[in-house]
Amino acid sequence: MLKEKILKAIDKNSKLTPEELAVMLGSTTGEVEAIIKELEEDTIICGYPTLINWDKTESERVTALIEVKVTPQRGQGFDKIAERIYKFDEVESVYLMSGGFDLTVIIEGRSMREVANFVSSKLAPMEAVLSTATHFVLKKYKEHGLPLVQETQEERMLITP
Amino acid sequence: MRNPLSKKVVEIKPSGIRKFFDIVSDMKDAISLGVGEPDFDTPWHIREEGIYSLEKGRTFYTSNAGLKDLKLEIANYLSRKCHVMYHPDSEILVTVGGSEAIDVGLRAMLDPGDEVLIPQPSYVSYLPCVTLADGVPVIIELKEENEFRLTKEELLAAITDRTKVLIMPFPNNPTGAVMREEDLREIAEVVIEKDLFVISDEIYSELTYGANHVSIAAMPGMQERTILINGFSKSYAMTGWRLGYAAGPAEIIKQMIKIHQFAIMCAPTTSQYAAVEALKNGDGDVEMMRDAYDKRRRYLVHELRRIGLPCFEPYGAFYVFPSIQGFGMTSDEFATRLLMEEKVAVVPGTAFGDCGEGFLRISYAYSIENLKKALERIERFVNRLKEEKKPERQG
Repeated sequence: MLKEKILKAIDKNSKLTPEELAVMLGSTTGEVEAIIKELEEDTIICGYPTLINWDKTESERVTALIEVKVTPQRGQGFDKIAERIYKFDEVESVYLMSGGFDLTVIIEGRSMREVANFVSSKLAPMEAVLSTATHFVLKKYKEHGLPLVQETQEERMLITP
Repeated sequence: MRNPLSKKVVEIKPSGIRKFFDIVSDMKDAISLGVGEPDFDTPWHIREEGIYSLEKGRTFYTSNAGLKDLKLEIANYLSRKCHVMYHPDSEILVTVGGSEAIDVGLRAMLDPGDEVLIPQPSYVSYLPCVTLADGVPVIIELKEENEFRLTKEELLAAITDRTKVLIMPFPNNPTGAVMREEDLREIAEVVIEKDLFVISDEIYSELTYGANHVSIAAMPGMQERTILINGFSKSYAMTGWRLGYAAGPAEIIKQMIKIHQFAIMCAPTTSQYAAVEALKNGDGDVEMMRDAYDKRRRYLVHELRRIGLPCFEPYGAFYVFPSIQGFGMTSDEFATRLLMEEKVAVVPGTAFGDCGEGFLRISYAYSIENLKKALERIERFVNRLKEEKKPERQG
């Protein structure tokens, strides 16, 4: 129960310290630390990345979502081919999908050319890959449950009964 | 020219919050912990339902007492959450916020001179509404040692031959106090024995952090003596939609509808459609918001105590009510200096009744980040006050 509460709390804000979590969830710092350690060891917590709105920086990057159809391999299903794909550094995420195609591959690159290169020279030629369809992301509105577009201004009056 | 004004109205004191509001509004970079409404936006599916009703052209009056569907959902909700059954056709009135229900309830029940018991500290509108309804407000001063609960003894001491109505403001704004079932049982016994009626303002019923909220209407023999008031503002973060309701004995509701019909006509139609969606599919939102408030509550209480502002643990609403009695200042002085020196706005306890002297209302309807920033400033301020006091002690 506490495990789930901790996960929910840090899912949206990984900067909360064990002391703060203990206060907010009515536990002790020691207990929270122990649970977080356990969650890390069990790779339930796999990392603490930061949500960055790169569009606001100087740095150029593009994100592409690629629908990939593959031939599953005997004895290994989709896992082996998925692994071959996700090992590339350019690959952000890989999901096995139901429906019209098999894998969603999300690529981050510095330019469209870089992504195109990756698809044409690395991804598409793989033996198990039957076809790819690449979609470029034009704008990100919301990620990880958090809006990237600045919209929230305090609308409330400052003092109300 | 003759005096155009009613003496009764002129003599009503304006809300103590007003003064603070005026100062804060002029300050650019003030952090406010002074707000009495949720920081969440109304959940999107509820707003969307409101928008859809407008698109469909549902822009007409509803029946005086409210949309049938809404009254049905309210009856379901009250039976599900409070275990009291109300007939949607005769025992429920949809109002413009809980505030209207308080006003109309009092007007429907009071004759000139009838006494109304108002436990304080509590919401600012009970007292003027009683006065406007020609009743006589009688204050019961709640005590910190009882964690601002109303006790049987306090109630008995305030009852006279003229007492007709008891207002029950729990979970409480500004103290965050809640009444436990055993407390309510004792109060109910007195109410029945003394043949009183209760107006129970349960607008914060969804925001309790220990045991679930218990309504006094659910106590044996109490439903026929209670006007239960609730609404959508706090539980579904719908303050601006202005929608609440009263549920009670048909005999009283009938008269309330009469006043409502002539004064208001009906509650806003768009809001009523949105509220149907809130009651049907909003349980998850309520839970999510309650969880968030609870984390902030624990954090705020912990930090205030650490800083040196003692407070009892509040189990309801979204307020903490710390004591500042150790600083040799009035609530008003403390809050004014805190605002001037550190630009943090809180509300002096006295805005909610004289017995709020020595306390502050601090709202946690703010993000943790916001609370953190404000607490840093409050800590700096409190430390400075402690420094100021030191030389006196030595001398």
